[in-house]
Amino acid sequence: MTVTVVDLQVGNIPNVVRAFTRLGCQVRVTAQPEEVRASRVLVLPGVGAAPAAVASLARDGLGGAVQEAVGAGAWLLGICLGHQLLFEELWEFGRHRGLGLLAGVVAPLPEGVRSPHMGWAKIHALRADFASLHGRWFYFVHSFVALPQVTDLVAVADHDGHEICAVVRRQRVIGVQFHPEKSGPEGEAFLREFCEMVA
Amino acid sequence: MGAFRVIPCLDVDQGWVVKGVRFQQLQAMDRPVVLAQRYRNEGADELVILDVSASVEGRLAQRATVAAVAEVLDIPLTVGGGVRGVDDALELLAAGADKVAVNTAAVADPSILERLAQCVGRQAVVLAIDARRREGGWEVVTHGGRRPTGRDALAWAREGVERGAGEILLTSVDQDGTGAGFDNALLAAVRQVVSVPIIASGGGTRVEDFVEAFRAGADAGLAASIFHRQQTTVNQLKQRLAAYGVPVRWEEAWMAQG
Repeated sequence: MTVTVVDLQVGNIPNVVRAFTRLGCQVRVTAQPEEVRASRVLVLPGVGAAPAAVASLARDGLGGAVQEAVGAGAWLLGICLGHQLLFEELWEFGRHRGLGLLAGVVAPLPEGVRSPHMGWAKIHALRADFASLHGRWFYFVHSFVALPQVTDLVAVADHDGHEICAVVRRQRVIGVQFHPEKSGPEGEAFLREFCEMVA
Repeated sequence: MGAFRVIPCLDVDQGWVVKGVRFQQLQAMDRPVVLAQRYRNEGADELVILDVSASVEGRLAQRATVAAVAEVLDIPLTVGGGVRGVDDALELLAAGADKVAVNTAAVADPSILERLAQCVGRQAVVLAIDARRREGGWEVVTHGGRRPTGRDALAWAREGVERGAGEILLTSVDQDGTGAGFDNALLAAVRQVVSVPIIASGGGTRVEDFVEAFRAGADAGLAASIFHRQQTTVNQLKQRLAAYGVPVRWEEAWMAQG
């Protein structure tokens, strides 16, 4: 299976590539809209600040290519910042327009909880989409969090006594706030389940 | 709050993992990649690689070692040793590190912390502090514990976080390598002045040492020789921590690795 990793030039690409390669996938890293448009399985990784990533999406119609591919039936997995980009708006240093593939916005972590949220958190699945999630620990690094439509919410994580959005899904669009490529054996199991789902 | 992390540390010299007593008398041990993979499979929450001779020799941690470990590792990786500026940090991140630890260079020029945080984000900036007990408190020392700086460790921790450190790797030079437990008074004192995560380092051997560090306010406990010498496995230590009521990331499946 070929996985296309969309290169937004905001870090973390090598770790994501290694994770899929270890699972036996062919991995193509690209910033070319035509390659994105022609892909069946897309991964949108990302670490860092939203404004730079939003600018990358706007450049050369890369965001439009992602939207077209999804419209044509491609699978899309957004990781961390890539997951946040799936939503309509990101409220980080101003308001930025996301891909709008999922309803909702991305806002700072609630007042009074530790930010950035860095570390391992246990997942509580609200739906049975992924057997590899419930009760397992995954690694998070973020200061902003998605506020999705409840019908898209697959799983939450506990952070400082707050339930935060951990996994979303609407048909073939999936987003994870954690880093599966940094979550050890459990992250690997989740990515394997994703690969089996889309194969 | 999240889980208390257990972090094996690889002190690397010329491509080999070494472990000395009180930072001196280095002994050759094993290849970093072999140990990194073992600890990942045992349920380590993170891995730290410190190039112990980098600062002394005035060079950056060996990129080849970092890249080789990153190739097999899918848990967070922190790398320290000889980071003098933003370019060094970027080089280590590009090689596969998730965070960079800075120690000697930050003491010499604290503004490096601001520049690093601006460039890579504070979540990727770890301030490593080596502290030694003195009358009425602790002093910051550098160069593998050989050089006193005159700085007060608590004031330095507070300043480092204000400038951009997202985490503190706090090593007690007095305890390091002695196996006599962490310096819990030091941990508790630093906990009072900063809110970022603190990694306890130096002297942790028994499960009770880690429990006490957790109670003193540490978010993570780092150790080297107890794991290298297989006095305990990471999963055994975490299972016993859980029995003491310390919240840890735990999966039954790891026991098969022990």
